[in-house]
Amino acid sequence: MQLDQLYQEIILDHYKRPKGRGLREPFAAGVHHVNPTCGDEITLRVALDGETISDISYDGQGCSISQASASVLYELLNGRKVDDAFAVHAAFVELMGGKGQVEPDEEVLGDAVAFAGVAKYPARVKCALLSWMALKDAVAQAVALEKEEV
Amino acid sequence: MTALTIPAGMPQYDDKPRFDVERVRADFPILGREVNGHPLVYLDSGNTSQKPRQVIDAVARYYAEHNANVARSVHTLGTESTEAYEGARAKVAAFIGAPSVDEVVFTKNATEALNLVAHAFGPHAQDPRFRLGPGDEIVISEMEHHSNIVPWQLLCQRTGATLRWFGLTETGRLDESNLDELVNERTKIVSIVHMSNVLGTVNATARITARVREVGALLMLDCSQSVPHLPMDVVDYDADFIAFTGHKMLAPTGIGVLWGRGELLNAMPPFLGGGSMIETVKMTGSTFAPAPARFEAGTPPIAQAVGLGAAIDYLTAIGMDAVAWHDKELTAYALDALDTVPGLRIYGPRVPVGRGATISFTLDGIHPHDVGQVLDSLGVQVRVGHHCAKPICDRFAVPALTRASFYLYTTTDEVDALVRGLDQVRKVFA
Repeated sequence: MQLDQLYQEIILDHYKRPKGRGLREPFAAGVHHVNPTCGDEITLRVALDGETISDISYDGQGCSISQASASVLYELLNGRKVDDAFAVHAAFVELMGGKGQVEPDEEVLGDAVAFAGVAKYPARVKCALLSWMALKDAVAQAVALEKEEV
Repeated sequence: MTALTIPAGMPQYDDKPRFDVERVRADFPILGREVNGHPLVYLDSGNTSQKPRQVIDAVARYYAEHNANVARSVHTLGTESTEAYEGARAKVAAFIGAPSVDEVVFTKNATEALNLVAHAFGPHAQDPRFRLGPGDEIVISEMEHHSNIVPWQLLCQRTGATLRWFGLTETGRLDESNLDELVNERTKIVSIVHMSNVLGTVNATARITARVREVGALLMLDCSQSVPHLPMDVVDYDADFIAFTGHKMLAPTGIGVLWGRGELLNAMPPFLGGGSMIETVKMTGSTFAPAPARFEAGTPPIAQAVGLGAAIDYLTAIGMDAVAWHDKELTAYALDALDTVPGLRIYGPRVPVGRGATISFTLDGIHPHDVGQVLDSLGVQVRVGHHCAKPICDRFAVPALTRASFYLYTTTDEVDALVRGLDQVRKVFA
């Protein structure tokens, strides 16, 4: 059993010292996602500046995987163009769905490559994806709202 | 079963029934396997129990030698199958002290049994005891499994009735201080858990039963956790319905039991319609068989019922008093052992009185998912999460809990393995 692969130093570090945590104003859209099987929760807000995600703020409770994943997401996607962020998002979802067979691209995924080991634990994949699904939902809502206003 | 030596100075426990745990363990093939390179330490029996060779063999033998559909064939195999299925029903009836075999309804699990009773209630019920509408009340508690919450919430949505509940004390006992106000002349049914699947609390039901009788309501007990662990006599408990499930008491999944007073069952409308539950069917309408057949539409879980019968034989041979005493000693040991783990907080009774062998806890600053994952790497299988009882987590303001639950094959060595594992958890997340 490769517990070290699951709980890599990077993950434990993000868990203990999360980046960007806390809910902030202003924001264009906010969502609340839960993992009904385990009760992990996240509230996530995004602010847009044109094509750019100008802030991702979040708060939540859950296991080290779900909380570290939100911190990595913040570090990786905050300040990125929406299209770029969705490309990274797609790569992360592919990695998590790969049952450990997908070779992650560190250029694209940065610290998120540390989650490659999580993909081998089907029960934990949803933990890792919680904040990422929330982000996609929030950005989609924010973009839709922006279009309405224009 | 051989008696164990009683430590000197404990004469008051001399007469307690005991059994040889190692001999019991030898009956469970799975207990010999390894998990992640460590001997399996299975502490998730509250979730589902492991199965002894005797149950596995009974199911295999049924399929190998007797398999046929029940209650509809004149041929030999059909007769043998029917006898096996009905024989299992008789074993269940004896096991819980049911006055009549016909009061035992086989369902797929306890959830179905609870839903079946909830569905008997409605605005147009023929029997006034099941007539339910705005102004009527149903009482549950804050320590229920979701399966004893959601069916009643849905029923209240359908009928406009009001759902009310007992609160919990800080130590995880039922708060009965407002019993007389909570259970009143508007109450139609009180449905509460006998033993909590999270807190381990075994509810003392006598005062509640007395109040239920006083106001003319019905009483249902969710015995999913108690029937596998404690002697049960439905007449002694003076309940109207009890629900439990086979897979938590050494039997296969897919078989559950609803016991109800015969007179009540026959006053209830059918639940699912189909074959086997009818008296006669015409294109213009149908009439229905009496209980239990009325509630057993379609081909039932026959092999699973046979497995449940074998499980009951196994438990009866050991003796439910002995199982209960084993649970009690183990729980006393585990409560003390867990107390030595820094940062560990137990939710539920801290003394081995009025509680069963299920202990839920948190470790300071470490999420239960992470606790469970590290324990698994050491072969220790515990459940983590909200245990299908989210209101308990809300009550105690915790997002999730780690739960260790024991059974007749659990040893003090396994409790020690849990405690050692928790030390490892604390090292990983230090």
